Amino acid sequence: MKNRGWLFLIPALAILSISAFIPLMTVINYSLHYIFAGSSPTFVGFDNYIEVLRDPAFQGALIRQLFFSMGILAVEVPLGICIALSMPRRGPAVALCLVLLGIPLLIPFNVVGIIARVLTQSSVGLIPEFLALFNYDFNVSKYPVDAFATIFLLDVWHWTPLVALLCYAGLQAIPDAFYQAARIDGASSWKMFRYVTLPKLRSVLIIGVLLRFMDSFKIYAEPLLLTGGGPGDATTFLSLHVARKAESYQLGYAGASSFIYLFIVIVFSYIFFQLMTNIGKGENQ
Amino acid sequence: MKKRYIFLICYMVVLFIPIYWMINTSLKTDNEILKELTLIPKDLTFQNYAEIFTSSLWRSSFMNSLIYVCLNVVISLIAAIPAAYAFSRWKFRGSHHLFFWLLTNRMAPAAVFMVPFTELYYTLQIYDTHLAVALAHCLFNIPLAIWILEGFMSGIPREIDETALIDGYSFPRFFGKIFFPLIAPGVGVAAFFCFTFSWIELILAKALTITDAKPVVVTLTVGIGAEGVRWGLLAAAGVLTMVPGAIVVYFVRNYIAKGFALGRV
Repeated sequence: MKNRGWLFLIPALAILSISAFIPLMTVINYSLHYIFAGSSPTFVGFDNYIEVLRDPAFQGALIRQLFFSMGILAVEVPLGICIALSMPRRGPAVALCLVLLGIPLLIPFNVVGIIARVLTQSSVGLIPEFLALFNYDFNVSKYPVDAFATIFLLDVWHWTPLVALLCYAGLQAIPDAFYQAARIDGASSWKMFRYVTLPKLRSVLIIGVLLRFMDSFKIYAEPLLLTGGGPGDATTFLSLHVARKAESYQLGYAGASSFIYLFIVIVFSYIFFQLMTNIGKGENQ
Repeated sequence: MKKRYIFLICYMVVLFIPIYWMINTSLKTDNEILKELTLIPKDLTFQNYAEIFTSSLWRSSFMNSLIYVCLNVVISLIAAIPAAYAFSRWKFRGSHHLFFWLLTNRMAPAAVFMVPFTELYYTLQIYDTHLAVALAHCLFNIPLAIWILEGFMSGIPREIDETALIDGYSFPRFFGKIFFPLIAPGVGVAAFFCFTFSWIELILAKALTITDAKPVVVTLTVGIGAEGVRWGLLAAAGVLTMVPGAIVVYFVRNYIAKGFALGRV
C-alpha cells in the first residue's frame, strides 16, 4: 500500500530518465574517457579530472563563480526582503505589484544580454553617458571591473524580484495575531522583524537562496552576449568555461569539469540547506 | 508607513529603466540610436516592428517558441501532479532521497547536458523538433513543478482524501472533482514558473534545434557581435519576446496572488 507512491512517480521518472538520467550517465562516461574525433574513445580513469583540477583556467572560473554567487546572494536576499516588506498587504495594488515584479523574470536571458549591450555600448549607451558626467570612463570591453560590475548589477536587477515574490508569499502566511502579540509585549519594529518575521520567512528564504545559488551557477547568456566572457577572462564563469570546452569537442575535459561543477553545486546547496534549516530551529519552538 | 511606499516606488522605477530603454530604442531609427542619446525617440518609428512582423523567420521562430513552451508546460504538469501527490501523501521507501535527487536535476547546469542531449535526441530521431526542446526543458521544470505542487498539496488536509473515498468517490473522480479545484492556484503558480523558465532558456534550445524548431531566443542572438548591429531591430524583437510572458502573468495573476496568499511557493 505504502509503495503505491512509486506508481504515481512513473510519468515523472519516465520523462526524467530521458531528460536527466541518461544524459548524466553519458556525461560521466565521457569524463572517464579520452575522446578524440575519428578514433574510438580510450578509457583513462580519472586523468580528465586531474587535468581539470590542475587547469588554471578552471580554477579561475571557479573562484570567479563563487565570488559572484556569494555576492549576488548578499545583495539580492536583503534587498528582496526589504521590497517584500514594503509591499502593500491587501487591496488592488497587490496584483499590480505582483505583475510588475513578475515582468523582469520573464525576460529571456539573451534579451537581458541585449539590454545590457544597449545600455552599456560606449558613446551612446545610457550608463557610459551618465557616468561620463562624473568623469568616469566606463567601458565594458576594456575594463574587467566594469564588465564584472555590469553582469553583477544585471543579475541583481533580473532576479531580485524572484526573492521579493517568494518573501512576499512568506509574509502573507504570517497571521496578524503574531504581530499583535509582539506589539503588546512592546517589541520594537527591529525586534519584531528579527523574532517574528525572519523565523517565519525561513522556509521561503531557503527556497529563495537555493534557487538563486543554483541558478547563478548557470549564468551563461549574459556574459556571452555582453563581452563573450571578456575582457580577458573577467566574466568567464564556470558554465561559459564548460560550454566552450564542449563546443570545441573536448568531451573528456568537458565531461569531467561538468561533473566537478555539478558536485560543487550540490555540496554547497546541501550545506546551505542544512545551515538554514538548523539556524532557525531553536527559535521556533 | 509612507516611507516604505517611497522606497517601493523608487525600486519599481529602477526596475523599469532598462525595460523602458529597450522600448525607447526599439522605437528609434538606426540613425538616431547611433548618433546621439535621446530619452524619448525624436522621430517615432514602428519600422523595426513592421520588419519583424513581415519577416517569416521571426514569425516562425515566435511560433516555435510558443509551441515548445506550451508543450513543456503540459508535459511537466502531467508528470508532476501525480508525483507531487505521492510525495505529499505518502512517505514511502526512498522518498526522501528521490526528492533530493529530483532537486539536483534543478541544479544541473544546462551546459553540462548539451552534448549528451544532442546525441540522445539524434538517436531517438527527434532532434530539431519541438518535442526535443520540450522534453529537454523537463530536466529543470518537472523538479520545480513537483517542488511547488508538493507544497500546495501538503497544505490540504489528508482528511479530505479519506472522507471522499469513504463517501464512495472513485480515486480519479475524487482527484478531478475535489482535489484538483483545491490545488488550482498551485497549478497556476507551477505553470507560471514552468512557462517562465522554458521561455527564457537558451543553451538547450539552441543546441537542440537547427531550422525546423528554431526558437526566438536563438534568432535573437544571430547577428550579435557582428559589425553594424541593428540595435533598433534587436530591441524591438526583445520587447516582443517579453509580450507573451506579460500576457501569461496577466492571466494567471489572480492564481499567483492566491497562491502567494496561501504562502506556499
